[in-house]
Amino acid sequence: MGKEPATDDKAFIELDGLEKVFQVRRRAGLLRRERREVRAVDGISFRVPRGEIVGYIGPNGAGKSTTIKMLTGILMPSGGRLRVAGIDPTRDRTRLARRIGVVFGQRTTLWWDLPLRDSYGLVRRMYRIPDARYRANMERCVDLLDLGDLLDVPVRQLSLGQRMRGDIAAALLHDPDVLYLDEPTIGLDVVSKAKVRGFLRDLNAERGTTVLLTTHDLTDIEQLCGRVMVIDHGRLVYDGALDGLHKVGESERMLVVDLERELPPIDDVPGTRVDRVEGPRQWLAFPAARSAAPIVAAVAERYPLVDLSVREPDIEQVIARLYADRPGL
Amino acid sequence: MRLYAAVAVSGFRRHATYRVATAAGVFTNTVFGFILAYTFIALWDERPHLGGYDQGQALTFVWVGQALLAAVSLMGGGFEQELQERIRNGDIAVDLYRPADLQLWWLSADLGRAGFQLLGRGVVPLAAGALCFELTLPTAPLRWLLFLCAVTLAVVVGFALRYLMALGAFWLLDNAGVLMVGQLLSLFFSGMLLPLTVFPGTFGDVAQALPWAAVFQVPVDVLLGRYAGTGLAGALGFQAGWAALLLALGRLTQARATRKAVVQGG
Amino acid sequence: MAERLASWSHAVRAYLLIAGMWVRSTMTYRASFVLMAVGNCLASALDFVAILLMFSHIDALGGFTLPEIALLYGATCTSFGLADLILGNAERVGQRVRDGTFDTLLVRPVPVLAQVAADRFALRRLGRIAQGLAVLGWGVAAADVAWTPLKALFLLVTVVAGAAIFCAVFLAGAAFQFWAADASEVANSFTYGGVTMLQYPPTVFARDLVRGVTFVVPLAFVNWLPVLRLLGRDDPLHLPGWVSLCGPLVAVLLLGLTGLVWRAGLRSYRSTGS
Repeated sequence: MGKEPATDDKAFIELDGLEKVFQVRRRAGLLRRERREVRAVDGISFRVPRGEIVGYIGPNGAGKSTTIKMLTGILMPSGGRLRVAGIDPTRDRTRLARRIGVVFGQRTTLWWDLPLRDSYGLVRRMYRIPDARYRANMERCVDLLDLGDLLDVPVRQLSLGQRMRGDIAAALLHDPDVLYLDEPTIGLDVVSKAKVRGFLRDLNAERGTTVLLTTHDLTDIEQLCGRVMVIDHGRLVYDGALDGLHKVGESERMLVVDLERELPPIDDVPGTRVDRVEGPRQWLAFPAARSAAPIVAAVAERYPLVDLSVREPDIEQVIARLYADRPGL
Repeated sequence: MRLYAAVAVSGFRRHATYRVATAAGVFTNTVFGFILAYTFIALWDERPHLGGYDQGQALTFVWVGQALLAAVSLMGGGFEQELQERIRNGDIAVDLYRPADLQLWWLSADLGRAGFQLLGRGVVPLAAGALCFELTLPTAPLRWLLFLCAVTLAVVVGFALRYLMALGAFWLLDNAGVLMVGQLLSLFFSGMLLPLTVFPGTFGDVAQALPWAAVFQVPVDVLLGRYAGTGLAGALGFQAGWAALLLALGRLTQARATRKAVVQGG
Repeated sequence: MAERLASWSHAVRAYLLIAGMWVRSTMTYRASFVLMAVGNCLASALDFVAILLMFSHIDALGGFTLPEIALLYGATCTSFGLADLILGNAERVGQRVRDGTFDTLLVRPVPVLAQVAADRFALRRLGRIAQGLAVLGWGVAAADVAWTPLKALFLLVTVVAGAAIFCAVFLAGAAFQFWAADASEVANSFTYGGVTMLQYPPTVFARDLVRGVTFVVPLAFVNWLPVLRLLGRDDPLHLPGWVSLCGPLVAVLLLGLTGLVWRAGLRSYRSTGS
């Protein structure tokens, strides 16, 4: 392995006016085709210091994954400057690959028909990880991600959550400096989500691994990211702490209650408003920052409850509100 | 009945959307047509009237073969991969609860597909062959109509065979080997590689009695006018007989497979 | 130079690693593997059975006897089988681009080509090679050739160079998919179409077709020209004698050229993302 390039820890990931323009051809009539330019990423600049966990969010098609693809060297930018750990991903894709770990949410890189252990064996040899380091990293991942009983199970028999944990471990065995996660908790149950989040926090605290994650789950952001970037139409529309985003967006959580029978809208619980009523089911919105417990207690005391659940605000909603409040954006 | 017609139409439409792939397939069929045509010319130069065909008929055999290849799924590529996958991942349970007959459902979809591929992948190679070689294509519309009947029956027989093989996935974890062997049998015993009438002696007789003969050899012979009167009825009856028998066998297997799936809980 | 050699050996190592994983994966379905291997052998054998059936009616096809055709057939099938084993699944790159898994190959510190070439590596393809070798062996024994060590070496080089030429064709077919994934079947015309054509003597085909596979897509160097030389026959195009020795050179040139096409294709993917 060559000498490591000089890196600036304050700008470990550095984007400067990054652009990606796609030519889209569309059938317009029987033979005629129209050419159209789509600016998927339209001049994005930011810096991420070493050891930060950043949430990179935005609606579908906003340019999130195009940015990640450029940061990992998969796609070549059409304009602007880009450095990750001092490396230009466009020119040194393979060298960069040794420094980064990538987890694509729904595309596993594990070997379907083989025991989980075998996939890690391949990673070890592909990345040429020294034995001692490999053993230490394996032990850590197995321990923290609870993979002990799964190592000899063929991947096709793992649950979605188990597989995601397996994938995260596979991306970390070579001690990457930067970890990209694309929707790491999508489709996971509550326990698995908690495990994944806990692991990422520890990893960041102990190893100083820089983490960039895209997600639709606001709880991921809340529990992991000190900083959030919101992208829309290829532009960065927000960059700052999550609190700020909450304040701007005034996001709400939703208490969904199933009553024994159809009743008039619940209007006597302070701090809530009825969002929707559908037969015996009602949706009560309350500020995301408030605890759900007193509200649940108040409802349970006054109404015949059958079932209830709390829905976290989703990113799309937060962003939608962001726009509603700041139309000039 | 309306339901199955709709399924067939959607099968047709679904394949009609793959325009580039269809063009690529037409190209490949045409290339193979040329290669095989020259080998047949060499063969019939050595032995005119081999297998009872003159050279023009032999060349017609080649080009009709390329034209029908996709429609009657001689190389696979119909529905069977999809059905097998649904059995493997358990989605088949959903299909079984649908208010439609499983076999008829897939048959309708396959007929729709065949309809498109007969037009989309059949017309151009046959036209190319007719332009570059002297084929003996009939001029009587009735003969073409009979050919169309024979092709329809061929598609049904081909379907019934592949349906049976795909059901193997209920018993085997990985059914790909079965489909592959089925494909080889169909390629060889349909007469696609070499007309079955050229196969020697008893081997040839047996080959002509097998169901694969109904998938390709018989329709081509109908087009070439090798059958007349009762012979023609016999040929179509031969196809219909195999179709009925194999479809029935498919239903039987399906019933057993379903019982097994229910016992295992899907 | 040393660096280049190191990166090549790295690529080959990665190829073998991934191929090994696929072999182990397929071995989890042992019965299916055996069936597929036998099927693979039969698939290519059926073509020869068809030729045998033809020869039950004739003594020569295009002026060639059965052992002579066996030599042609065996050489091309062995070459094709080797190429198919080594690189036959590279065409899956189109599928991977469509379902998005191609991206996962680009974030690994291993050449993409090595990963694509080893994708779904299938040992069952040994079946085809075995069948080709069997027919080739029979052709060598039965054809009217006075074998010398030099001629045997020439045949060996021919088979290897032929495999390299087919590899180049597979590679071109894979690269083509970066631009037109839907048209992947066109590649079959040159791979499967090519191997079918080369099983028969060139005298069978129209002169223009022979010219095409000599000068445009130089498949004639896989077996036609060298085997005609072994059999002491003139080729239908009356090319000078030294041309039939050019197989290895043609193979190297073709591999270089298709390597460039592959790189251009990969570049195009990285700039368009599709």
